[in-house]
Amino acid sequence: MMAVAGPDVARTETPPGPTAAALAAPAVEATGLTKRYGNRLALHDVSLRVDPSECVGIFGPNGAGKSTLLRVLSTLARPTAGRVRCCGLEMPAQASEMRRLVGVVGHQTYLYDDLTVWENLDFYARLYGLRDAGDRIRQVLDLLGLGDRTEERVRALSRGLQQRLAIARAILHRPRVLLLDEPDTGLDREGRDRLASIIGEQVRLGGAVVLTTHAVEFGCQVASRVLFLDRGRLLWERPASGDLVDELERQLRRRA
Amino acid sequence: MTAARQIYAIVRKDLLLELRAREQVTGMAVFALLTLVTFNFAFDLTGADRAASGSGALWVAIIFAGLLGMGRAAAIDRQQGAWEGVLLSPVDRGTIFLGKLASALLFIGIVEALALAVFAALFSLPVLHPMVLLVVCLGTVGFGTLGTLFSVMAATTRAREVMLPVLLFPLSLPIVISAVRATTLLLTDRQAEVGPWISLLLGFDVLFLGISYVVFGHAVEE
Repeated sequence: MMAVAGPDVARTETPPGPTAAALAAPAVEATGLTKRYGNRLALHDVSLRVDPSECVGIFGPNGAGKSTLLRVLSTLARPTAGRVRCCGLEMPAQASEMRRLVGVVGHQTYLYDDLTVWENLDFYARLYGLRDAGDRIRQVLDLLGLGDRTEERVRALSRGLQQRLAIARAILHRPRVLLLDEPDTGLDREGRDRLASIIGEQVRLGGAVVLTTHAVEFGCQVASRVLFLDRGRLLWERPASGDLVDELERQLRRRA
Repeated sequence: MTAARQIYAIVRKDLLLELRAREQVTGMAVFALLTLVTFNFAFDLTGADRAASGSGALWVAIIFAGLLGMGRAAAIDRQQGAWEGVLLSPVDRGTIFLGKLASALLFIGIVEALALAVFAALFSLPVLHPMVLLVVCLGTVGFGTLGTLFSVMAATTRAREVMLPVLLFPLSLPIVISAVRATTLLLTDRQAEVGPWISLLLGFDVLFLGISYVVFGHAVEE
């Protein structure tokens, strides 16, 4: 695995906002989550808890509800029923404070095609009110191997490099919780290694990660616990291990 | 101060995007100018008729150009899911609304400045009078407020190009009627009668601004 920046580089200061109580609370706590789109039930009574210093991998076939779950946890979608807490903050009442603590990589990059790499991160740094924006942007770009591409427009980057920039955007504000929806999409070997290092650093520094991926081996490598979701229901959870890879692939094939 | 900085960040980003891609103002300006030129050649009018038709032509140009620009702005924000990136930030939804409104007013304002100059030349009417400019500003704020709200709502629907005008036009009618009437009165030298229309415009501006600021957060929720 590629060595990337240590803790002093990855997180040079505590992000503003969270109180001591918030930092001691479970990173993510969801109870009885149900999400309905019209007649379609995307999530049904899903409960999960992710502690600080933990990376949870969520697996399941297409349409299992993984992305919906992450959208709800990230405050992008409001649950039809159930409760979400993040670092002691309750959604939707404290959604704005929650967003400061959460970094998200989604199916889309959340980037502006006609802005440069630097301008995109600078825009988000301004929205998050980062005081050391310039330094932090340089740090995350170096972490993702994009330090020499600051003046390139996003439109001109390859899919893999755009995905790296999306990851840089997600960690820019030093989130306590990382919600990663198939973050390895389009990444080459080096990109995956960098992603694994970032996840490792996040966990080592007391942060939490919730990850969905179809790359079973990669998921089992970075996660400490695995959850299996199908048709909106949480079917089982187990500690992650190399032995689980075959079992997960078998289940994914069977339920595809 | 934080909100002001966040609004500035949104406007700055929209301005940068426009300077790069030139997708909004150019299209809006061309549309507005074509409308004014077409109306000018379509009607050979004199005196009061010229003022009445002229104010109608001016507001048709402003409103349709604004509609074009706000729809395009929402589409640009939707590319690559960037809008969701903004929603994921800890910026208050009302502040996001004010940022998008400020951008919309800036772009419409640029097009209006051009359209008013061309209108003055084509129609030979005193459209650069301070009172006319006040009416244009008030009308633009009201229309831009509703447009900002509905362009974001319409962008989440499948038939977004159709939905924006369908949502926007009925509700903006009071603004459009007041603005057209006030402009006509001013261009026909009946300034004594214009007070109630300006009050009405002001009232609707305040009402729409207040409602839009409050409901914007719900409008962008999934």
